[in-house]
Amino acid sequence: MRYLPLTADDRAAMLAAVGASTIDDLFVDVPAEARLTGPIAGLPLQASELAVERHMAALARQNRAAGDGPFFLGAGAYRHHVPASVDHLIQRGEFLTAYTPYQPEIAQGTLQMLFEFQTQVARLFGTDVANASMYDGSTACWEAIVMARRVTKRTTALISNGLHPHYRSVARTMAKYTRDTLIESDPALEPGTDWAALAAAVTKETSCVVVQYPDILGRIDDMAALAEACQAAGALLIAVVTEPVALGLIKSPGEMGADIVVGEGQALGVGLQFGGPYVGLFACKSKYVRQMPGRLCGETVDAKGKRGYVLTLSTREQHIRREKATSNICTNAGLCALAFSIHMTLLGEAGLRQLAAINHSRAKAAATELAKVPGVSVMNDSYFNEFTLLLPAEARPVVHALAEKGVLGGVSLGRLYPDNAGLANGLVVAVTETVTEEDIAAFAAALKEVLA
Amino acid sequence: MPRFYTEEHEWVEVDGEIATVGITDFAQGQLGDIVFVEVPDTGVELTKGGDAAVVESVKAASDIYAPVDGTVTEGNSALEEDPALANSDPEGEGWFFRMTLSDKAQLDGLMDSKGYKAYCDAL
Repeated sequence: MRYLPLTADDRAAMLAAVGASTIDDLFVDVPAEARLTGPIAGLPLQASELAVERHMAALARQNRAAGDGPFFLGAGAYRHHVPASVDHLIQRGEFLTAYTPYQPEIAQGTLQMLFEFQTQVARLFGTDVANASMYDGSTACWEAIVMARRVTKRTTALISNGLHPHYRSVARTMAKYTRDTLIESDPALEPGTDWAALAAAVTKETSCVVVQYPDILGRIDDMAALAEACQAAGALLIAVVTEPVALGLIKSPGEMGADIVVGEGQALGVGLQFGGPYVGLFACKSKYVRQMPGRLCGETVDAKGKRGYVLTLSTREQHIRREKATSNICTNAGLCALAFSIHMTLLGEAGLRQLAAINHSRAKAAATELAKVPGVSVMNDSYFNEFTLLLPAEARPVVHALAEKGVLGGVSLGRLYPDNAGLANGLVVAVTETVTEEDIAAFAAALKEVLA
Repeated sequence: MPRFYTEEHEWVEVDGEIATVGITDFAQGQLGDIVFVEVPDTGVELTKGGDAAVVESVKAASDIYAPVDGTVTEGNSALEEDPALANSDPEGEGWFFRMTLSDKAQLDGLMDSKGYKAYCDAL
């Protein structure tokens, strides 16, 4: 396709055709105060590529990168070591530039990759079936809630107070338009989950119960009793996993009876990359597969009996069912799913278990050291690689003071729950295999100084 | 027992107060191999012309509309196990659902078998 810019005559002819005299006439609906009347202040009209690169590099240097020093941030996005081969392999043109395969069967490589990804996610989550990915964990969580509505034909969802507040917020936004009722609340700084209370609260009106595992404060609990309570009432149990590495060490939600398991796959293969793009994981029991959103690859044989891959059950999707589709998600996070899949393949089952064990032991070491800081205690009685510290002061300013000392010391609950003063002294600390003993010592020393 | 037909290629057989509904042989031929049928739950209120069931074939997914107003008394659970019944015996074992008739007068607007044959021939 050649690029041919328009002439003034071309523009005049087009404006005449639509009945406008100037291009500005096309923007009359924009209120005057919202219109730009001149150049943007502080931005030159043009600059050379070299000057732009220098300027941007200088801006980037003002950031503090995750790898610049001790780093303990988590709360739904985790810094793990991604093997160099992951980035190398996903840059093959066949993967990097492929869009969603609308003529799927000719893209056997893409389909096989997605099939392997689905297999890994289903095995990790302990479910029968997984789809070829969603946008991210929060949208996957919302899709699970509406899927439960389709299955149960009920509209009230009980949300555990341990669900990430950003996930709750996405669900709230969407529920506004679908008229689902969400029963939700903030957590308390206590070691126990609210799962027993949720089990008691499930009724014949409940479409689903949504729990996070491990939850936003790092707490871990057994969901078997809750799954039974849901089943008895005809409601579905949805488990949300934001740190899939945890499942290398703790029992999968599927094994404990969760009907739908969703999550964020960023921790494996995908870097932190400014909060996105990430990759949503979505899996469920096979009996619900027709109500599942998203793409699904299946393995079959061709006319000659050779193994081949297809997109299957596509009639659930909007390119076929239009407005009656299970979801308006037709796309998937293919490249991030590939990165996840390659990282998982490189680890293998034994490697994932080992990685999880390292994460947990580093977290234990950090919790022990940090609890020695005067006035600081660990809230959790169980955790994987993330736990909540109780500080003797508001955590938010402490986090900023730590950053001044070169330590990124966790996510304050004041940031996650700005309207809840009761949580202000809580600090969520994530400790992965990327954290060294020196990092832990530096964090403990800096925290002691800041709190002194 | 009287059997009626709709322009959407559904048949309705009335037995006393209950009507049995399915798709015609012409419809199954057009759809091709049927792989899934979603029948309505017992107790669901149906409105003439509104969605009642879904049939999926290897070629397409189609909605099945209620031919008359009424309440579902039974869905054909045999289709869950064996959706191909809708191909092999569409006007018999492959029926979709049974329902009450809120207004028998609505049947007057439907075709008889002769009328339906003429309708198909003209397509």
